[in-house]
This record gives sequence, C-alpha cells and structure tokens, in this order.
Amino acid sequence: MNLVWTIAKRELGGYFTSPVAYVFLVIFLLLAGFFTFTAGAFFERGEAGLAAFFAWHPWLYLILVPAVGMRLWSEERRAGTIELLLTMPVTTAQAIIGKFLASWLFLALALALTFPVIITANVLGDPDNGVIFTGYVGSLLLAGAYLAISCMTSAMTRNQVVAFILSVVVCLFLILVGFNPVTDLMVRWASPAFIDTVAAFSVMTHFDGFQKGVIDSRDLLFFLSVIGFALFATGAIIRGHRAG
Amino acid sequence: MIRIDNLVKTFGPKRAVDGVSFSVERGEVLGFLGPNGAGKSTTMRMITGFYPPSAGKVTVGGHDVTESPLEAKRLIGYLPENAASYPDMTVRGFLEFCAEMRGMDAPARKKALARVVERCFLESVLDQSIDTLSKGYKHRTCLAQALIHDPEVLVLDEPTDGLDPNQKHEVRNLIRELGKTKAVVFSTHILEEVDAACSRAIIIDRGRIVANGTPGELRALSDVAGAVTLHAQGASEEKLATLGRVEKLNGSFRVYPADKTASAELTRAIVALADHEGWKLDALRTEEGHLDEVFRRITLPDTVKRNG
Ligand SMILES: Nc1ncnc2c1ncn2[C@@H]1O[C@H](COP(=O)(O)OP(=O)(O)O)[C@@H](O)[C@H]1O
Ligand SMILES: [Mg+2]
Repeated sequence: MNLVWTIAKRELGGYFTSPVAYVFLVIFLLLAGFFTFTAGAFFERGEAGLAAFFAWHPWLYLILVPAVGMRLWSEERRAGTIELLLTMPVTTAQAIIGKFLASWLFLALALALTFPVIITANVLGDPDNGVIFTGYVGSLLLAGAYLAISCMTSAMTRNQVVAFILSVVVCLFLILVGFNPVTDLMVRWASPAFIDTVAAFSVMTHFDGFQKGVIDSRDLLFFLSVIGFALFATGAIIRGHRAG
Repeated sequence: MIRIDNLVKTFGPKRAVDGVSFSVERGEVLGFLGPNGAGKSTTMRMITGFYPPSAGKVTVGGHDVTESPLEAKRLIGYLPENAASYPDMTVRGFLEFCAEMRGMDAPARKKALARVVERCFLESVLDQSIDTLSKGYKHRTCLAQALIHDPEVLVLDEPTDGLDPNQKHEVRNLIRELGKTKAVVFSTHILEEVDAACSRAIIIDRGRIVANGTPGELRALSDVAGAVTLHAQGASEEKLATLGRVEKLNGSFRVYPADKTASAELTRAIVALADHEGWKLDALRTEEGHLDEVFRRITLPDTVKRNG
C-alpha cells in the first residue's frame, strides 16, 4: 500500500512539474463552462440544477481523459523506465494501481475546480444539492472508467498518440451503444431486448441515474467493473510484452 | 548469490538466450562479454525479474526470481541498458523516489542519498532536472539509483557506455571496489574492462556461453599466448626454428612453443641460443595473449572466420 502511494505521488508530481497540467486544467474549465453556459443554455433553462453541466461530461471526458491517461504506460515503455519500475520490489498490480490513482486524483482535482458552478446555481436559485452531489460522484466514476480504458490502451503501445486514439474509440463506443439518437436508429433493425442488452454496457445508461440524484448499486457496480476489468487487462498486456 | 541454471529466452522463433548457466558469489565481479545482440541484456533482464524465463531457473540469494520475485528484487541493484530515469524529476527527487520504493524511512533515505551522491559524484547536479543533464551525469544518476539500498547483488548493463575516458575509469574503480563485498555482474563489449574490473569473465555469443574463465585464462586461449618475441642483432630464423615455429615481424621474431605452457623453458632456450651464437639481445618478452583476438575468434560467424 505504501508503495502504491509512493508511485502515485511520483506520478502526480510529474503532472505539475510541466506546464501541461495547468494548460489541461484551464482547458477543462473553459470547456466545461462553455458547454454548460453556452451550449447547454444554463441560464435560459430557468431551472435550478446542474443538469446542463453534467450532461456534457461524457463528451467532454471523451477527449480530455484519454489526454491525461495516454502517457501512463506508453511513456514508461518508450523511455525504458518501465524496466526500472518493475525491477523494484513492487508487483505489477501495485504499479498499475498507483499510476491509475494518481491520474484519477488529478481528474478529481479538475472536477473539484468546477465548484463555481455550484455556487452560481445556489446564488441564482435553489437547487437540490443532493442531486448535485450524486452528479459529481457519477462524473468522477465516469472519468475513472475512461481513465482505466486509457490506461489499458497506453499499455498497448509506445506511442502516446496511438494510445490516445485507441482510447477515444473505445470510450466513444461505450457512449454510443446507449446514446439515444443511436439507439433510436437501431430500433429499425434490432429487437428491443437486443438494444437493452447492448445499452447495458453503455456509460450513458449508467450515468443517467446519478444525474437524477440516485446512486443505484448496479450503476456503481458497472463503473467499478469497467475500472477493474480495464486495469486487469492492463496487467495482462504488460505481462504479455515481457513474456515475449 | 546469483545462480542461473540452463536459462532460455525465446522471442517468437528466436532463441535470444539459449541454455546459459553460471553463478556469481559475493566478492566476485563477473564480466559478461559478447557482441551486440548476443543476449547479454536479455539474460540480465531475467536475473532482475523483468523478463520471465522461457525455461530454466534464476535464484538470487536463494530466492527463485519467478516464484518469490519481491524477495529476490530486494537484494538486487540494477542499472538497465539505456540507464533510463524519469526526465522530469530532479536528481534528488528521483533518488528519493527510488529510496522510498526500497522501503526506506526518511532518515535512512537521507543517509543513503548522501552516500550515493558522494560515490557517484552527483553533488553539483543534485537539484537539476534529469533531462538537462549530460549523458555522463544521467548515467551516474541511474547508477546511484542501483546503489541506493546498498544491495548485495549488482546487475549493471553496460555501466560505462557513453562515458568519457575519465568517467569510465572512475566507474571501473567503483565496480572493483563494490565487488569486494557484493556479487557483481556487468556486461560490456569493451575488452579492457575485463582486465580493469573483473575477477572472472564469460563470453556469450548468439545466446550461448562460448568461454568462461579468469581474464588470464581467457587470454591464454589466444593464438599468441605463450609465444616469445625477441629482438636481437644477428638473430637468424633458421636457428630459432629449431626451438619452435617462427614468425617474422618487422625486425623481430616471434617463436611459438609446441606447448603453450612451456614458455619459460622456451625463454631460457632462446637466451642460451643467443649466448651460444653471440646475438645481442635487445628485447625479449613472453606474450600473454590478446583478449580482442580471442573475442573475435570465438564470436565471429563461421562464414567470416573461414573467409577471413
Ligand atoms: N523484447 C524483444 N523482442 C524481440 N526480440 C528481442 C527482444 N529483446 C531482445 N531481443 C533480441 O534478442 C537478441 C539479444 O538481444 P540483447 O539481449 O539485447 O543483446 P545484447 O544485450 O547482448 O546486445 C537480439 O537479437 C534482439 O534482437
Ligand atoms: Mg545489451
């Protein structure tokens, strides 16, 4: 456990020694603001709540989370530091979890910096802060799921750009199978049972509940399973490279 | 401390390491020689637990590297081939991190840091970011990392690669010094390093061990080993030919004894002959043999050997 934290600390420190982290935070906040207030018509809705804010998160994260996660393992492999890291007395699992947690913390920080929207909503109206809270929980889990997938794709290649693209494709798939415009199209040729089954794998389906103020154990389980599965796959991929 | 038994590593159809066995005890420095692509790094990666062996067994300090990797890894300090380190960290930050990964608490880290910084001459760059360092300093930073927990076993993959001659000299001295109390394996393709630092050397080629011995023993495999070279006024080839095969070098002669170990007798015979014939001996020396010749002869592909 100590070693997980040591690895996470190093990784997190790495974000802040370069200007990239700050640039990322600024872009994240600008985009979150733009989507909420302009594209999401926050003021015109005349409702007190952050629905407009959270509704964009699956799309916002689609680009930003892979950008944070793409370097996790690809850079270790490219620079050869993976050899150093994995010949220290740690298990591969500890290393994977440590690096994942660091990036997740970083995303949590980015999310936490959106607190002005809570204040704005509370100043302008009388929102249900419980719903806002579950919305944040859902958003953090969503970011975690995307991040675990980016972690997996970054273990597949030495090239960060390739890792980024692969990650976007997988995450996009997880959005689209439950995205209403897409499921509406599928109705024409697929049975409703099929559509429901496929949609059960979508982050959209499971993200919805959190926005309505409900923390459903199935939704929780879904996100945690995606994270668990993707990190497990990361381990298998890393071991695979070394097995030759 | 290190025991390797019939180690094999295959990458697809390629056998990068093909049945290598050796052992290294405390107080020994084993030089691991071989041309590029011979399988040196692959072997070292199996010792340090980075690659799982395809077959065979590695134990370090009695711990099987595959079965109890953490116990084995704790005993090892490892300098990987490219001396990789995290470029965005400072030297201090990096070494602190490595010490923490080795389970040291803050006071122990501080002491360990001071020790390796002195050993590896890193004082002046301690707070510099690693990506701004020259190659020599980067290399020594990674070497310091390998020494930070004062390990009983050191595995150093080309520790002098990319260093200038002074730095090479320092690192060799350091290796020799460390070898007094630890088990050290280091790989190189620079032959002088064998003499400068090793107590024993192994030559590996295409995944197999082709020679194994002390530097002296390896040199004795050389064709010229045991031959006596002389420079004398009035010396004649025919007379010398009675003592052994003679080779004419510009101005001097080299006599090869029938038996390589009989060079002392040969020397005495030459002195007696010169005395008898009235030659004026200017120089007389026994050849120890040349490592580079041995190395070339046993590691060149067969086709090149035949043609050249
Ligand atoms: N990860 C790998 N995948 C495929 N082939 C490899 C890998 N690592 C090493 N090899 C091959 O194994 C052989 C031995 O390589 P290496 O151990 O690096 O040699 P050396 O360190 O002696 O120069 C080379 O032919 C190399 O191409
Ligand atoms: Mg090598």
